[in-house]
Amino acid sequence: MLADNLKNSTVPAALEAWDPQALLNGVIAHGETTLWVEPSKIAAVCAYLKSEWQFNRLSGVTAIDRFPMEPRFEVVYLLHSIPRNERLKLKAALPGDHPEIESVCGVWEGANWYEREVFDLFGVRFLSHPDLRRIMMPDYWEGHPLRRDFPVHGHKYSYQND
Amino acid sequence: MSDYGQTPPLEPAAQDPSAGSTRRMVLNMGPQHPSTHGVLRILLELDGEIITNAQPEIGFLHTGIEKQAEALGWQQVVTLTDRMDYLTNLSNNLAYVLPVERLLGLEIPPKAQWLRVLLCELSRINSHAVWLGTHALDLGAMTVFFYCFREREDILRIFEMFSGQRLMTSYIRIGGVALEPPRGWQKAVGKFIRGLSSKIDEYEDLLTKNPIFLQRTQGVGHLSLERLLDLGVTGPMIRAAGLQWDIRKSEPYSSYEKFDFDVPVFHEGDVYARFRVRVEEMRQSLRIVQQALEGMPEGPWKADAPHVVLPDREKMKTQMEALIYHFKIVTEGFRVPAGDAYVPVESPRGEIGFLAVSDGTSKPLRVFMRTPSFGNLQCLTPLFEGRLIADSIACLGSMDFVLGDVDR
Repeated sequence: MLADNLKNSTVPAALEAWDPQALLNGVIAHGETTLWVEPSKIAAVCAYLKSEWQFNRLSGVTAIDRFPMEPRFEVVYLLHSIPRNERLKLKAALPGDHPEIESVCGVWEGANWYEREVFDLFGVRFLSHPDLRRIMMPDYWEGHPLRRDFPVHGHKYSYQND
Repeated sequence: MSDYGQTPPLEPAAQDPSAGSTRRMVLNMGPQHPSTHGVLRILLELDGEIITNAQPEIGFLHTGIEKQAEALGWQQVVTLTDRMDYLTNLSNNLAYVLPVERLLGLEIPPKAQWLRVLLCELSRINSHAVWLGTHALDLGAMTVFFYCFREREDILRIFEMFSGQRLMTSYIRIGGVALEPPRGWQKAVGKFIRGLSSKIDEYEDLLTKNPIFLQRTQGVGHLSLERLLDLGVTGPMIRAAGLQWDIRKSEPYSSYEKFDFDVPVFHEGDVYARFRVRVEEMRQSLRIVQQALEGMPEGPWKADAPHVVLPDREKMKTQMEALIYHFKIVTEGFRVPAGDAYVPVESPRGEIGFLAVSDGTSKPLRVFMRTPSFGNLQCLTPLFEGRLIADSIACLGSMDFVLGDVDR
């Protein structure tokens, strides 16, 4: 379902026509378009936007942790089309329990490290990612530092009673 | 980042009886290597002198800046952004401040916008000068290094004059700039830019037609434009591959649309083209600084938003209302309406942008830092493949990354 102010924008309307189930919601705020995408269809939506609407760059992939709300994670894809000079934010909501989403490495090669970073710092698994390892933290690290329930300060054994 | 010191075992390559005994060799480059300008570890797989595979390992400088940002107030995060890319901290400040101002709906007065442009362009010259000096040093040309650091020193003096700090300036703040521009700054900036053009000519005299430099850089490190775009590379590397794309032109911010400058483009896509792009960008930045200096508007240097911007000292001491605002901002900070915003900025290395997410409180819910060095470093593997080890140093230098920016 599209919000009224999105009915006139080209790309969301085309996406809605292409697959009505893929697009869950959308909003234009502060001049930036954000689309909520069905998580299971993220790779297909990205491939469609890249091939049909010239979104030739992926600026970045990140996640937002809304702990303790559910769905807990939002995976954010920052898309950019240089020929159309247009930017688009795609969001996919994931549950706090076993967050998993399809990788978009097959669409843009550059997604590789960004998805590894989200996996490392948030613990979101990217399915069919070619090389899903930790990237910032050491391999033996326990936990995912950018989760909201991971403390900012203190040694990990001293904050358990906080 | 995997465990340091864990070197993969050497494996004998498939034996070709005619070639005698050859074997594949795995070599560690870094984490402490002079030409990586930081702590980057690259696992090189070698067949003789040819690199058959290169895997970068990052994370040695990971300090959790994004996590820290969630514990600080909105204004305090500005100081963290200085410490990511320590060569061009003003661009980082600006890239953080813009999305927050967009969420707050602040109107920034022209004088503050002009000051931001002026300082960002000075830091672009600074960053490119450091890059040029160290890149030339890697390739064996030592003199350029001293010339470039001479100009860097002058720029750092200007930064010190404005903010009291040479490196961690934190001068650009939410709502404007931190302090009133100091007395006599026009004279200092004017004196610097009058001499700069001939100094850039000096760099070019030393390098542009230098046969040794040409041999080391021309035809080295070529990647096609499509591949670079797919890998998420931005900035001078893309412009050296023939794409005329500069965020200052395509999505102007902070009044860049009012300045007259060109976007240099070269089509060869090799290390030499990247050098040419950056030198030309220094000249264009000089033009922008000149225009900013001459056309600097009069007026306030911070926004008229008492709930965000600290009041003047004088007012704070004499007016009750200003004192209340001052107390509120210092103790509690200010609240930012819920939402998220992303504003891309052209830093000397490429696209930098912060996704600022607010849940309506006085601390950010999440600040995602899309840094150019992280995106650009991904092209290291294809850039190194099939090249000589000696060329890898030229390739590495031409990418111009800062490890603090990669690892955050």
